Amino acid sequence: MNDTSPLVQIRDLSVTYKTRLGDTSAVDKVSFDIRHGEILGLVGESGCGKSTLGKALLRMIMPPGRISAGQILFNGEDILTFDDKRLRDYRGRQASMIFQDPMTSLNPVQTVEQHLVEAIQVHEAQTQTPDATGRIKTLLERLGIMQSRLASYPHQLSGGMRQRVMIGLGLVLNAGLIIADEATTSLDVIVEAKLVDQLREIRDEFGVSILAITHNIALVAEMADRVAVMYAGNLVELGEVSRIFDRPLHPYTQGLLASVPTTEINERKELYKMPGEPPNLARPPSGCRFHPRCPAAMSICSRHRPGLNEAAPGHWVHCWLYQDHPEKEEKTLKVAA
Amino acid sequence: MSASLRKFIITRILLTIPMVLILITLVFIIMRILPGDPIRSQLGPRVTEAQADVLRERLGLNRPLIVQYGDFLVEMITFDFGNALTQGERPIKDELAEKLPATIELSIPAVIFMAVLGVWSGAYAAKNRKKPVDYIFRLLSIAVYSIPIFVMGLLFQILFSVRLPVFPLAGRMDTVMLVSFDSPTNFYVIDAIITGNWPALGSALAHLALPAFTLGLALTGVFVRLTRVNMIEMLQSDFITAGRARGIPERRLVYKHALRNTFIPILTLIGLQFAALMAGAVLTETTFSWPGIGRYLVERIELRDYTAVQSTIGVFAMFVAGISLIMDILYAFIDPRIRY
Repeated sequence: MNDTSPLVQIRDLSVTYKTRLGDTSAVDKVSFDIRHGEILGLVGESGCGKSTLGKALLRMIMPPGRISAGQILFNGEDILTFDDKRLRDYRGRQASMIFQDPMTSLNPVQTVEQHLVEAIQVHEAQTQTPDATGRIKTLLERLGIMQSRLASYPHQLSGGMRQRVMIGLGLVLNAGLIIADEATTSLDVIVEAKLVDQLREIRDEFGVSILAITHNIALVAEMADRVAVMYAGNLVELGEVSRIFDRPLHPYTQGLLASVPTTEINERKELYKMPGEPPNLARPPSGCRFHPRCPAAMSICSRHRPGLNEAAPGHWVHCWLYQDHPEKEEKTLKVAA
Repeated sequence: MSASLRKFIITRILLTIPMVLILITLVFIIMRILPGDPIRSQLGPRVTEAQADVLRERLGLNRPLIVQYGDFLVEMITFDFGNALTQGERPIKDELAEKLPATIELSIPAVIFMAVLGVWSGAYAAKNRKKPVDYIFRLLSIAVYSIPIFVMGLLFQILFSVRLPVFPLAGRMDTVMLVSFDSPTNFYVIDAIITGNWPALGSALAHLALPAFTLGLALTGVFVRLTRVNMIEMLQSDFITAGRARGIPERRLVYKHALRNTFIPILTLIGLQFAALMAGAVLTETTFSWPGIGRYLVERIELRDYTAVQSTIGVFAMFVAGISLIMDILYAFIDPRIRY
């Protein structure tokens, strides 16, 4: 495996849902890569399509939704062409997912051990239960779950412990990608901080890539290597965490960062409030989907959709401010923050 | 058995007592409110009042009602139900020992059939929700639910023993065979196996097929519905999605993960269906001339045989209560979250 080529390449991915108002594009022509062993934070407000994107990576979009265009290459293979058998193999062995609510994402009538043994045996029919148990014990030790917990049922575990079991289920088959969809959101802050540390450790130790989907910008700053920002189904900005937080380019990202509360109590400044509402995706705004709310909008923004442009090395932005077009009239950048 | 489980079982048994008591008291009263009495049903309309009084005195029906009620309660507690008032005045205990096994022998295959077919079709319909098979199963479940059991029984008799003589029309065994059949327990299937009487076993099973099928099918409708609705809810739950994301095959998700989690409502319904089963047995036994407790009850209600009816219903009630207790205990084995 060539480590310089990305683990996952998402190319012009679109997901549409059939609704009474017509087709709604929840994810619209999104392209980005997930590198080997990185933690990529995927942020955006509710309904921006970040969870849909996460599900699409496992082909878990259920009707009336469907992946309507694009490619998802995992180690160079397009997962959209997989048949059922190959897909089942891919889910679990190559990519896995941790969900928001640890209370409900484990089967209440199975013990921790039964969950883990099952995960191994549905993928490796030849593995005998004692071998599976051996592997599980090693894994749990590394995850900091006590052996005695193997016989526990989900309701006997705390939220943080259940989430660790979910992580264990993702790791037990050596999956290369773990998609954590708001995995820490329902935990209290202390448990959340511990789990975030643990996710970083797991990344270091197992070399997995983690796609951390969250609306919590602070969390991303703490754990991720790179950040992808989504707005209304579009990817608006992508780059190294330090870059994005120091010098955000897209007006949406700037607004998002300006609206995060800080602990600097001396500063009596009010939090930034982004004007307007997120658009209805059944009838998205023309051109750039952010233009009706954008403080820096130009006339071209409502007419043409900007492409993804590398404004600085490794820092991609989807905005007319940073690229030229014959119809673009110059305007000086003046934004909030 | 843990101490808490024992405590739970004892409490449940104690709670059963007032339930059975209320039921048998109601039956006691209703039987006596109904027009007609066992004396008239035995002696016919042409006897004199003096002749009727002789019989009334002999049967103890001239005593005050409260005394009769007290006697009845004592009989229920000691499981010695006294003698029937009509038709030879045999001890009710003997009648029950003969007829209860017939009903149980009919009920067990019916319940198994109902549970297996009902749960399987419900799960299958849920898995294929909104596909044609789902609509067909739902339609069929409403159909078998709404067809009266005796109509269904007659239909099967016409189809499978008259037009297409595959199964015998009625009874528990061929009369010729019955003459030499030795039946210590009155469970014909078991007796045939014990005595190694294979032709008798074949005959018993053949006779059992249609009534058990009818009774089971009549009760299946509700089951399909209940399983389907609970399975649909379960299949949308997070742990199924999480399992799917782990590459667990769909069949396994449906039939292992989701189904096991729907067993609680299913077990509850099985328990409740036992009561319906008893009611169904009355109709099925009448249709198929099955000499069970249901037919006995119908016959004795017509004769206004007070003691026979109230004792039989008392036994029914205890049986249903016992089943419901077993179900409650089974919950704990199926769902680790339930502990007594």
